[in-house]
Amino acid sequence: MSQTAVEPVAAPTAPAWRKFSLSNRYVPPLFITTILVVGHFAYGILESYERTALAIVCALAAEVVLGRIFFGKWINLASAYISGISVGILLRSPAFWPYALCSVISIMSKYVLRVKGRHLWNPSNFGICVLLFLAPETVAALTIQWGNFIWPLLVIWVLGSIIIWRAKRIHISVTYVLSFLAFAFLRSWITGDPWRSEISPITGPMYQLFVFFMITDPKTTVKSIKWQCIVVFIVAFVEMLLRLNHVVYAPLYALFLVGPTAMLIEIWLESRSAKAA
Amino acid sequence: MIRGKTARIILLICFVALLATPLVLKRLAKNREVAVADPSGALARYGFYLQEVAQASKVNFKHQAPTLDHRLDHIMPQVASMGAAVSVADFNRDGWPDLYVTNSGEGSRNSLFKNNQDGSFTDVAAEVGIADLNQYGTGVSMGSVWGDYDNDGYEDLFVYKWGKPELFHNDAGQKFSRVTDKAGLPAWVNANTAVWFDYDRDGRLDLFLGGYYAEDVDLWHLKNTKMMPESFEYAQNGGRKYLFRNLGDGSFEEVSQKVGIDTRRWALAATIADLRGTGNQDLFIANDYGISELYFNDGKHFREAGKQTGVGFSPKSGMNASIGDILNQGRYAIYVSNISEENILLQGNNLWVPRDGTSGDTLEYDNLARAMDVEVGGWSFGAQFGDLNNDGTLDLYLVNGYVSLDRNQNYWYDFSKIAGGNSTIISDAANWPAMDGRSLSGYQQKKVWLNDGAGKFVNVAQAVGVSDVFDGRAVALVDLWNRGVLDVVVANQKGPLLIYKNDVAPENKWISFDLEGAQSNRSAIGAEVRLFWDGHQQVQQVSGGSGFCSQNQRRLHFGLGKNPQIEKAEIRWPSGHMQTIQQPVAGQVYKIKESA
Repeated sequence: MSQTAVEPVAAPTAPAWRKFSLSNRYVPPLFITTILVVGHFAYGILESYERTALAIVCALAAEVVLGRIFFGKWINLASAYISGISVGILLRSPAFWPYALCSVISIMSKYVLRVKGRHLWNPSNFGICVLLFLAPETVAALTIQWGNFIWPLLVIWVLGSIIIWRAKRIHISVTYVLSFLAFAFLRSWITGDPWRSEISPITGPMYQLFVFFMITDPKTTVKSIKWQCIVVFIVAFVEMLLRLNHVVYAPLYALFLVGPTAMLIEIWLESRSAKAA
Repeated sequence: MIRGKTARIILLICFVALLATPLVLKRLAKNREVAVADPSGALARYGFYLQEVAQASKVNFKHQAPTLDHRLDHIMPQVASMGAAVSVADFNRDGWPDLYVTNSGEGSRNSLFKNNQDGSFTDVAAEVGIADLNQYGTGVSMGSVWGDYDNDGYEDLFVYKWGKPELFHNDAGQKFSRVTDKAGLPAWVNANTAVWFDYDRDGRLDLFLGGYYAEDVDLWHLKNTKMMPESFEYAQNGGRKYLFRNLGDGSFEEVSQKVGIDTRRWALAATIADLRGTGNQDLFIANDYGISELYFNDGKHFREAGKQTGVGFSPKSGMNASIGDILNQGRYAIYVSNISEENILLQGNNLWVPRDGTSGDTLEYDNLARAMDVEVGGWSFGAQFGDLNNDGTLDLYLVNGYVSLDRNQNYWYDFSKIAGGNSTIISDAANWPAMDGRSLSGYQQKKVWLNDGAGKFVNVAQAVGVSDVFDGRAVALVDLWNRGVLDVVVANQKGPLLIYKNDVAPENKWISFDLEGAQSNRSAIGAEVRLFWDGHQQVQQVSGGSGFCSQNQRRLHFGLGKNPQIEKAEIRWPSGHMQTIQQPVAGQVYKIKESA
């Protein structure tokens, strides 16, 4: 990988939060860690500490090694930590190896699947989807957990919203949530299923991570605010199509499909503009 | 620092290799699967073969499910998904085990299959007065447990229902008298588990009864549709628990809250065992929609120790509780079944094995289900430990399958959608999408896990003749024809009762113990036999109910392997008395009465 092809430091490591002040960069990792710790001690959300720890350690190790090899620097690990902890929470498997494999694949995807110096997929979204495709008998993703009661849910949504607002990406989360709700009512109208059953998924924990950490990842979203909103609306639309086809992990797959496509289009348009200039 | 084309190529190769890893592992796992074998091959290779003989044994029983309030019509198959149960007792003391099987359709009849001692059975339930238990307005049967509550030598019958629980006194093996009212049992309990045991060691059997739905819910006449669990994993709006203390005059006193059992989790299975070596029977409850509970019993009070011991931390969908000394260490492991559905929900079953170095009040457990390969069993229900091939180690028989309807359409998407939702959504049946004839983990292959004695189990179900895919619920192990082997009886939801006759390699020896208490309860429930042979030891105890809605034979059956040299059998009675039989002989049933 050439120097010109890959931006050092900022590219694969702490890219998601590069616009933050130093203190802000560590807010999301702190937030997700708080969710994990509180969720586990209040509700026993983790099958075992070991699996989550394994996911985190593997993500950090992969980032350190790959960053050192390809950029010759010690890379900030905030982004890798979020990827690892997301894998540790979202992936469900009785085995240990999927956690390690998923984390390493997630981090590695940032270094391999690049176009014009930008990686295309949100790392943990890529890793989890790949494992769900390739090892369906061994892994599942989080669809239930931590309480299902209203107050913890509200606290997480409020805190998450504040953090994302400070990160100036609240428009993405809000657009997605509103789109999801609109499409939920549309699905209910189409299928005849109770509307409450259609909005039910967004009250679960998987969506908290999805809304606050996956779809808002600055490095794998397009640049303009308007197009960020349009892209996330399309994510919700594709999710609806997948849901109408009874795809359990519709949001993860929708982001997997739409996110990189939007990125490629933006890169192509930028490239064309640069040539024209 | 490596840069440039070479580095990129190396990175790409590594990436592709990692992506291929799951496929390689899948291929390797496939190579380890046991091939289908013929009976003689299975006998030679695994030491046993199971042949389904229900029809040949003149047992033609098919379970019927209830039809509940019409407001549940859209999800009826999953709500009315339990009730097939089987329990074993020698009700007439002729030395041959009989089977009691519950039915759950309104107006349907339960069956008592009397063992004719010639390989066949006759349903005598109506004749002796324990058939007609599912009348309209009284609820329907969910299961039964046998125990001699009045110590007259004959096993009495308790039937738990979604409805009015019933107790029947066994009148010398000829008739059964309904004694529910005299016993003082509650008017309505939506129960899916009950266990007889003598919690206070006064020589009389007490009764634990575990509610599933709340007891104020009449599933045929709902006040509203908010009767579902408030959470898929943290629900505490289920039925209350009861502990009926036997007063010795045919009546019982309900003491659950007084002794410290106060929970509204959704109990599906309970079993008892002296897990700490105190002489008192501890109580283990596997709960659906939540964590398991373990109650340490000090003889007068119970203390919940689930979190402390490690068994009550991660919430799952507990549907079975059975115990067995799987490592021949003289300690009980506990098996709890849960849900595993490929790519959707992988809870994994739990095999709680006592941690080395812990015992008594410091007892802790590790979940070794994965390490021992008994973790993934589909939508698992009943399971029982027993030495199916008489090789000296306890094997594990597991049934599974939730709702088998349309093979090509499944309800999992809708199920996962609602199950992940907030309590206000999940708890109201009206919010659940219609099943529309779709299956939910249906048509699943059963598991017959053979213990290799070295810490691993291997599934040999197909190879040893178990190929049914009914929606299995209860399993009971019993030597039906006094041959020195454990046969398997399976009760299936909306399916036939299956009897698997077991042919075991004759070179593997066995020994059995038929215990009768004197100072202890006469059923000897809670009595332990610790057998020492060839440098091994194994402990088993007489159970008042185990697995899911089932009860094994009371007789304790030990496989011994080839040419065993038996040192001794130590019997510890619930009263605390110890009895030792020196050098018992293999191939015999020892009928032991508690010494004075």
